[in-house]
Amino acid sequence: MVAGNLTFHDVTELVSYHTEKRTPLGWYGAFGLANIGLLILLTCIAYLFWNGVGVWGLNNPVGWGFAIVNFVFWVGIGHAGTLISAILFLFRQQWRTAINRSAEAMTLFAVMCALLFPTIHVGRVWAIYWTLPFPNQMQMWPQFKSPLLWDVFAVSVYFMVSLIFWYVGLIPDLATLRDRARTKLRRRVMGVLSMGWTGANRHWRNYEKAYLLLAALATPLVLSVHSVVSFDFAVSIIPGWHTTIFPPYFVAGAIFSGFAMVMTLLVIARKVFGIEDIITVNHLEKMNIIILLTGTMVGFAYITEFFIAWYSGVQYEVFAFKNRAFGPYAWAYWTMMSCNLLFPQLFWFKKLRRSIPVMFVLSILVNIGMWFERFVITVISLHRDYLPSSWDYYSPTLIDILTLVGSFGLFFTLFLLFLRFFPMVAMSEIKGVLPQADPHYHGRGDGQAGTHPPTLADTV
Amino acid sequence: MLTELAEQVKANMSIYGRSDTDLYGVLAEFRNPGELVRAAERVHEAGYRRFDTYSPFPIHGMDKAMGLGNSKVGLFCLIGGLMGLATGYLLQWWTGAVDYPLNISGKPAFAIEPSIPVIFELTILFAALGAVLGMFALNGLPRPYNPLFYSERFAAASDDAFFLHVASSDRYFDLDRTTEMLRTLGAVFVEPIFDREEVGDDALDVL
Repeated sequence: MVAGNLTFHDVTELVSYHTEKRTPLGWYGAFGLANIGLLILLTCIAYLFWNGVGVWGLNNPVGWGFAIVNFVFWVGIGHAGTLISAILFLFRQQWRTAINRSAEAMTLFAVMCALLFPTIHVGRVWAIYWTLPFPNQMQMWPQFKSPLLWDVFAVSVYFMVSLIFWYVGLIPDLATLRDRARTKLRRRVMGVLSMGWTGANRHWRNYEKAYLLLAALATPLVLSVHSVVSFDFAVSIIPGWHTTIFPPYFVAGAIFSGFAMVMTLLVIARKVFGIEDIITVNHLEKMNIIILLTGTMVGFAYITEFFIAWYSGVQYEVFAFKNRAFGPYAWAYWTMMSCNLLFPQLFWFKKLRRSIPVMFVLSILVNIGMWFERFVITVISLHRDYLPSSWDYYSPTLIDILTLVGSFGLFFTLFLLFLRFFPMVAMSEIKGVLPQADPHYHGRGDGQAGTHPPTLADTV
Repeated sequence: MLTELAEQVKANMSIYGRSDTDLYGVLAEFRNPGELVRAAERVHEAGYRRFDTYSPFPIHGMDKAMGLGNSKVGLFCLIGGLMGLATGYLLQWWTGAVDYPLNISGKPAFAIEPSIPVIFELTILFAALGAVLGMFALNGLPRPYNPLFYSERFAAASDDAFFLHVASSDRYFDLDRTTEMLRTLGAVFVEPIFDREEVGDDALDVL
């Protein structure tokens, strides 16, 4: 699983080196670009706050446009990280150890981007604290029967639990960085962050139990968070929204788009950081199988929706789906269908599954397709619902589009900072799944065990 | 009696006191996880209780070799989860049915069905916090100071080396006998660790 016959020390060196070396020029270049995106985002938000939500293309009946589409898009991307960390851990898939650190970091940053949109789209941003159940001057409370409020709790809890999970996983690796630190400042900072971790077995025992419990808690959390997000739509009465398939369909879609984003990031990162022996083509192939699986599930959900709309005989449902495929937004619909259902089927072929260029292009297509899926669901159902006299067409304004572009700037700024300062692979977990970590690998107690790679002690 | 109890609790966290000669314990390095597990087994069989092993990753079978039972983190997690459950329920019931009832399309002021998402999320949050804070509490973390960091070789414990440390406060501890036993168990390096109080000659300020 880990290629190249790596020793424990090799793993430490390969990963820690990137947090200790001088910042490469390439990083500055990428960071500069990301910062431009971030600046665009901040400018758009400032403009929005000053002028109000009218700067977006919203109208009546399309009261939800890019902001909600972007929210669901980013939350969905975040779910893959938790799946890799928590769900693959519960299924004892050891290959996750190469990718879980970066995936969890990606989750955190994606959720931060996601939380941005509901916050700024409310119109009176200064009143956003009303969503939190704090005693206030009006002596009023949030309305707990609303899915929009369930979202506040679900996504906030998701962010906090993901942060905790990521940090707990980092502690042993921060201790590694602490022990390698050459300057006093670095030693102190890493020392504080690693909390004095020594690697004592009594500590590992409690640590492993906490890790297992976090994984077990994060799994239903992932499923519940995107289900709650889907409830924003499903509890309404609009054709195309009011359907019980939404929770599982959204969750499958979230995993699908999240894995595609992880793929995009890791294909680049493994090359740039020279860790192709840790994140091998085998790991990438397994991720592509998951992409194929969840993409097919999403495609199946599309077909189911179509079938039920026809089978129900309800004229509004039937129209809603005909409108999606053949109405004014057909271009968005068919982009979604081809990117999500059609292209991932290429992964049935092993050669294509293992081809880096193919998987890179496909991961970007999947993300585009999944953004369009949220667009199709949100906008097409709203722009033509029950009463034809209310129908209208929604176009995004420049601010809409630039805010979306800017959110990628925020995401990449945070991710690049992560890559620069934190170990992007979970070193202690990788070491734990190497063959020489198994006590039985080393023979039966005579000290002259089989072929184990030389360790530090052998140099004495 | 209370001091003994406190000492035992701290020993469970791998925090030990020093002897009157400032001797904290004896640190032995082993070649690989297999040897470390076997050594830990023998040390436990010999009656030592205040000892611990150190490795860059958790070693399979070490808990059993050291005679350690199940971790108590689960209890903290359960308590947290139950608190979250109660909080979610009480929050929505009290705000919705007692303090400021609102007429939301004629729905009941409090019903369990729409309350489930918030109750569920808060249960998960408090359970997660319970598990993590419980883990920190049981491990005695954060604890940036540890006499073991005075050993220069110990820095490799987070990299690729495997250590076993016996505390001087253990009832069977004797510097010479314990050192001898560790050498016969296959230790490639043994050194005594002193708990220095003066921060002046901080070994970490070498560079």
